[in-house]
This record gives sequence, structure tokens and C-alpha cells, in this order.
Amino acid sequence: MVVTLLLLAASAPAQTAPPDTVPAPRPPSGLVAADVPNDAGRGIDLTWKGSPDDIAGATIVTQYHLARSTTPAGPWTLIDSVAAGTVAKRDQNVDRGAEYFYRVDASGPGGITLAGSITGPVRATSQVINQTRWSVMVGTILFFGFVLFFMASAQSGKKPFVRRIPGIDAIEEAIGRATEMGRSVLYVPGIQDINEMQTVAGLVILESVAKLTARYETPITVPVTYPIPFTIAEEMVKGGYLHAGRPDAYDSNSVRFVSPEQFAYVAAVTGIMMRDRPAAHIFMGSFYAESLLLAETGFATGAIQVAGTANVHQLPFFVVACDYTLIGEELYAASAYLSGEPKLVGGLKGADLMKILIITAIIAGCVLESLGQHGFKLWMTTQ
Amino acid sequence: MKREVPLFITAVIGLFMILSFFVPHQWVSVPADFLQGSAVILVAFGYVLGGANALRVNFDGISRRSPGWQYKVVLVVALLTTVTVGAIEGREFLNPGMRSKWIYDWIYSPMASTMFALLAFFIASAAFRAFRIRTVEAGLLAVAALIVMLGRVPLGDLLTDWLFQLKWLPGAPHTLHLSTFQEWIMDIPQNAAKRAIIIGAALGVMATGLRVILGIERSYLSGED
Repeated sequence: MVVTLLLLAASAPAQTAPPDTVPAPRPPSGLVAADVPNDAGRGIDLTWKGSPDDIAGATIVTQYHLARSTTPAGPWTLIDSVAAGTVAKRDQNVDRGAEYFYRVDASGPGGITLAGSITGPVRATSQVINQTRWSVMVGTILFFGFVLFFMASAQSGKKPFVRRIPGIDAIEEAIGRATEMGRSVLYVPGIQDINEMQTVAGLVILESVAKLTARYETPITVPVTYPIPFTIAEEMVKGGYLHAGRPDAYDSNSVRFVSPEQFAYVAAVTGIMMRDRPAAHIFMGSFYAESLLLAETGFATGAIQVAGTANVHQLPFFVVACDYTLIGEELYAASAYLSGEPKLVGGLKGADLMKILIITAIIAGCVLESLGQHGFKLWMTTQ
Repeated sequence: MKREVPLFITAVIGLFMILSFFVPHQWVSVPADFLQGSAVILVAFGYVLGGANALRVNFDGISRRSPGWQYKVVLVVALLTTVTVGAIEGREFLNPGMRSKWIYDWIYSPMASTMFALLAFFIASAAFRAFRIRTVEAGLLAVAALIVMLGRVPLGDLLTDWLFQLKWLPGAPHTLHLSTFQEWIMDIPQNAAKRAIIIGAALGVMATGLRVILGIERSYLSGED
């Protein structure tokens, strides 16, 4: 009986308070529209003060609607809606030089409240110089000046001293070993396209490597990921054989287009390692997750391995799995080192001088910040 | 002329692209954007050359019955099938329900994941070699790696919760867990070394770019002088 009563009580409709009527939100205010500085006239920054009803946890305001028009009287076009609590937005869909008027409306469960006023006219304009990049410009000019100076100096007969880099010396040793064993050399110029400078560096080194393989009459295999590096790699290998005086020994199948897909490429290259058993593996360029897959498979085949990359997160894998590793800038220095051309070697000295300048700037920045002087840091901050 | 014209084009466009980094005005930014967009056309032609090379290399291997020629047959069939299906289906080839999408989702994607999964085993074998303590440096590496690995999982804090209560030390953090040490290793010595490599590499990028733009590094053009 008690149970029945309890069930009846539970199933009876509960007395509820009359539903709350949520008021329409009060409008936001203080909309400011300004041309985005230091750009090509492609954006207008909008900032506003939120509605007084826009309070964390409350639901009177749920969204702000941003509308744009070319005349104060409209018609208005909704350009974006942002969540409550947001008070800034960049309109990046503007025509350069055109005048625009903006308004921001608030909406919530109680309805939409149109803005009390409109802002404008404002127009997006392009600037001649990005004012936040003066420091980079000065650094670039100085760096280019240093490099050109040392190149000219090296060309005039002052060949600068360059320390031995064991990893680069090991390339010739690896090719020699492949020759002794009667096996081929595998050269992997990274997995990125030509817009990655490490790929360019890898391809430049390839010519020197191809020259050595041509001289030693050792076959070389170069699997490439993207089509543009593929065509350049073909030129590099051809050039290497030509400069070694053995253009007839060039095998048109030595440079192979594989796939831009990362793991399809890994499957192809590890397949070459396991089937053809090259005696030397040279990895020079930009690598990601495939670095360890390639290097560990290569290690398992017993090949001598030399790697070089500026991708810091992949360096530990190469250090562990390869016999020699070129770290960061050594990859870029390798082509100058291998070719021995005074102009290229001179360029390395320019980079060294720039490094001294950067270290000085870092120390000066630390000292000035510690003294409460923020001008230098602001000058160095770019957008 | 065969070399001078490409070198001239490289120099002019290279310097113009550097200029576009500092000058956002439309007179510079619009042509710069156009040049970057035009690269897509070059890449499209490159794919034709690349595809032709892939077919030639593999047909050669099949005709000579080189080791593993059967795999080359699979590759050629897969390549031709995928390209044909994609060409028939047109621009919507990756929409749901399309055969190209099916090939990607049910053939390529699982195979790529399988290759990626091998990484777990390779990391274990590489770590085994890396952490063999033969020298002082290798010992330091092993200790640092142990702290970082343990400090990044809850077990590390659990193990050291009772150990490092340093309330008596003024100014010290409330507790010094293993995660505090791993944070210090990652934020200070690791970050400093990483940034040094990055700064050096960035200068190397600029120097290489300058050599290419000025035509000092010209081996990419062709072997003929």
C-alpha cells in the first residue's frame, strides 16, 4: 500500500514555477573598427565592449552578430557570429580601399537586440613597410653583407679555416665501403618538397655524393617523395656523373619518384634496403616520424649510415640509429665542405660572424630587460 | 644562355620574395601571392614526369625479372587503377561513397597506419641501444631520460610524493615531485640546446638561400657548364 502511494506520488505531475521570461540582452557598445596595421589592406580589426548582460555563467547573451554595410543605411550583411564573452574579431574578407560601416548586435534566448549605433566609415589600406620587421631587415642586410664579404675575401685567396666535420668525412668512407663490398649506395634527400630549405641542402649534397659514386663506379639509388625535387635530383646525379667524367655510367633508373605519402615512401625505401641491401645509407634533409623507421631498418641490414637534418625532434633518432649525424647547420655547411669551393666555404664564415652577433644581442637583451629597459625587446618583436 | 636565363629568373624572383616579407603593399604582395600560387602548375607537370618515371622504373624491373618483381606488378596495377578511378570520378573523387575514397579509407589508410605502428617496436630497439651506459655522457643521458619518462606519467609523482617534501626549505616549491625535475630538464637544458640548434639551422637556411639566389650555388640547374 505504501509502495503504491509512493509510486502514485512519484508519477503525479510536479508543481513547477511559471517559466522565467528571459529578457532580451542589452546591446554591446563602443565598437571600434580599425585598419589592420602592417598588412596588404586585407583586414579590419573590430573591438567592442560586451553587453552589460554578458556575464560569465548567465545565458542572457549567447552570441554577438557582426554585420557590415557599404552605406550607413544598409543593406547589412552578416559577416560572422561569435560566442558571448568575445570582444574582438578581424574581418578578413574586405576589398582594399572600400569604405565599410559595421555594427554588432547581441542575441540570446530573449531575442536579438540591434546595435544602438554604427561605426564607420573605415577602409583597409596597405602599408609600404611592415614597421614591426625593421629588426629582421637590419639582421638580414647584415647577414647578407657578412656572407658576401667573406665570399669575396675567400675568392681573393684567403681561404678560411673550417673545422673537420666527422659526419661529412664519413660520407666518402661509406661510399668507399660500398665500393669494396660491390654494393650500392642509398641516398634519401628527406621527405619534404622543394620549398623546404633542408631539401635544397640535401639535393646540393647529392651532387657531391653522385660525383663520388661515379668516380668509384658504385651504383646509387635516390628515392624521392615530391616531383620537383625528383627532377632536380635527376639533374644533380647526372651532373655528378658528368663532373666525374663518367656521363655514360649514369643510370636513368637511379633516381626514382616514389610517393609524397609519408608511409608509402617508407614502405618503398625500406623495401629497397631489404631487397637491394645497399652498403651505405645517406639521409640528408627534412625528416619526421619516418626517420627512425628508415634508420632502424637500415641498422638491421648492417649498412653504414650517415644522416643529417635540422629537424631537432628527429635528431635523437638519427644519433641513436646512425653511425654519424650532421646536426642542424652542419647539414647546410656540408655542400660547401664537400665541394671545397672557396666562395661557398667563405659563406660559412659569414654565418659564424652572424652567430656572434646574435649571441651578443641575446646577452644585451637579457641585461636591458633586467634593467627594466624594454625598448630593445619591443624592437626585436615582429608580427 | 641555358644557365644565365634560369639564374637571372631565380635571382630576380628570389630577391622579390625576400622584399615581399618586408613590404606588405599590394604592388609587392599581389605578385608575390601570384608567384606562390603558380608553383602549383609547375608541380602538376612534375607529377606527370614522376608518374612516368615510376612506371618506367617498375616496367624495367618486371621485364628484367629483377628480385621482387612481383611487388612491382602490384605497384603498377595499383598505380594505374587508382589514377584511372580518380580520373573517371573527377573533382569529387574524395567525396563519401566514391571509389577513390574507398581505396584511400580501406586500403591506403590501414597500410599507412601499419607502417606507423612499427615505430613503437623500433623505438624500443633504439632505446635499448641508446640507454646502454658505457660513458659518463651516456649515463647522464640515461638518467635524464629516466627522469623525463617517469616524470611525465602519474606513476612518477606517486613514487616520489613522500620523498621530496621540502616544506623546511624557504622559497622551495611545496613539493618536489619527479615531474618538477622533468619540467626543469625540458624547459632549461633541453630548450637551450634546441634553440641553439635552431638558430644555427636558421642561419644555414639563409646562407643556402642566398647562395641559390645569387647563383653561387647553381648545381641544381644542370651538370653542363
